[in-house]
Amino acid sequence: MTEISLVVELTVLVLAIFLGFEVISKVPTMLHTPLMSGTNFIHGIVIVGAIMVLGFADDGFTKAIGFVAMVLASANVVGGWFVTDRMLEMFKRRPEDRK
Amino acid sequence: MISDPNVVGLLYLVSIVCFILALKFLSSPKHARRGNWVGGVGMVIAIATTLALDGISNWLLIVVGGLIGSVIGIVGARTVKMTAMPQMVALFNGVGGGAAALVALAEFHVSSGDLAGEEIVSVVLSALIGSISFAGSMIAFAKLQEWLSGRPIVFTGQNILNVAILGGAAALGIALIAGVDQQWVLITLIVLALIFGVMFVLPIGGADMPVVIALLNAFTGLAASATGFVLNSLLLIVAGMLVGASGTLLTLLMAKAMNRSIANVLFGAFGQVQAGSGGPRVDDGRTVRATSPEDVAVQLSFARKVVVVPGYGLAVAQAQHDVRQLAELLEEKGIDVVYAIHPVAGRMPGHMNVLLAEANVPYDQLKEMDEVNPEFPQTDVALVIGANDVVNPAARSDPASPIYGMPILDVDKAASVIVMKRSMAPGFAGIDNELFLEPQTTMLFGNAKDSIVKLIAAVKAT
Repeated sequence: MTEISLVVELTVLVLAIFLGFEVISKVPTMLHTPLMSGTNFIHGIVIVGAIMVLGFADDGFTKAIGFVAMVLASANVVGGWFVTDRMLEMFKRRPEDRK
Repeated sequence: MISDPNVVGLLYLVSIVCFILALKFLSSPKHARRGNWVGGVGMVIAIATTLALDGISNWLLIVVGGLIGSVIGIVGARTVKMTAMPQMVALFNGVGGGAAALVALAEFHVSSGDLAGEEIVSVVLSALIGSISFAGSMIAFAKLQEWLSGRPIVFTGQNILNVAILGGAAALGIALIAGVDQQWVLITLIVLALIFGVMFVLPIGGADMPVVIALLNAFTGLAASATGFVLNSLLLIVAGMLVGASGTLLTLLMAKAMNRSIANVLFGAFGQVQAGSGGPRVDDGRTVRATSPEDVAVQLSFARKVVVVPGYGLAVAQAQHDVRQLAELLEEKGIDVVYAIHPVAGRMPGHMNVLLAEANVPYDQLKEMDEVNPEFPQTDVALVIGANDVVNPAARSDPASPIYGMPILDVDKAASVIVMKRSMAPGFAGIDNELFLEPQTTMLFGNAKDSIVKLIAAVKAT
């Protein structure tokens, strides 16, 4: 990967903090549990790190650590996504025909 | 195989946009599910791009590891009951933190001393925060799953010991940043951080879990973001930080809804101080009045407006479907029924909303505290099911009460209050509830599910 300067990384980090607060503050209380599991799913992005570690590993130690990281991260991604989907599927409006 | 770093960067940018859109879609339950799909697309793009990087090998390990994790994830996510959702969220949160710590350890091992200053700082942060999040989440899981007691586990000198453990980990981190290039130092740091994670969740009681779970969520996000600095990946930095911001915001909201500082939640071991003053106070001549399902059914049938106040007891009794049936029955009689949801009811932010949504309660019937509180004076019957501290008027009136100042649902302003409870045992905070002694309050003792089933039959008969 190309090197990105620390200043650029920090700039992006700070912008992400502001963007995060802005977007999250618009989520209604009702959806706070799906928000938690949805953000759980998003931090599963660490799987990218696990793939890079394992994919470029040469020695046994790194392979072992990378493998465990890969298992944990993919459980995070897949589990987080399915739990969120299951929850969001349940939120329904009042059907029009009732009452 | 992609070798052009610009192509990789652009594909990662698409993923970032997908994640932000996923969160934006969550602003309304109408589009929220679509948002999760958009997030899923972003994740697939990120994973596919990474797999296509030049020089990736060890395919067998990657595929097998990914499959094992995916099977665990799918089986867990599909089979978990909605009442068990808090521990599932804690579990998936923890594994993410663990993965971030391991990635940091592996990078440190591979680099053998040629990490730049900010990279070693990030390795230390990622290992430290990720490990705390992993161990803390596992203890939260065990407590919520009731493998461990939900009561605070405390002993003397606990806070001092915790500070010592964290201080030790921090000292090792500083040594690493100062240039000590020894792998055992980082491994010891991880072990200390794991112990600290265990120690800091152990003394936290079940009622404070919403705050802790939100905080651990923020931790894992921060760990992922720190990993981004190690790997030079803007994708990880942004995605991790979005989660960090979300978790932080939720933690603050939850603490505010309990009128307590985060430090107080983490180090206060709530419920210990009042242990001696338990038991209902009957010495002022007022006593608790018990009622029967038949009497309640009559009251409900002649009401115009009924507010249902669910609490953790509803989740324990798995009574959400029965409550919805009862509410529909009343609506057919032309009675206005809404649900009043306190922000910290249950064991995680928004827990009650998810439970009632599972029981097919339409989301426009779920009212937040600020929205519903002005409606209580016009309410004929408030039906409190397995909630206690969030309806305790002492929070408004008694400055000596440990929950004084916490915003509550003003059920005592309703014309009549029916409290469904298993027994007279005090709520999680271990505090007496004056509400039970008020003249307009009657108690319906028993398991919430059984009581509601009896109520449904009685309402049908009236």
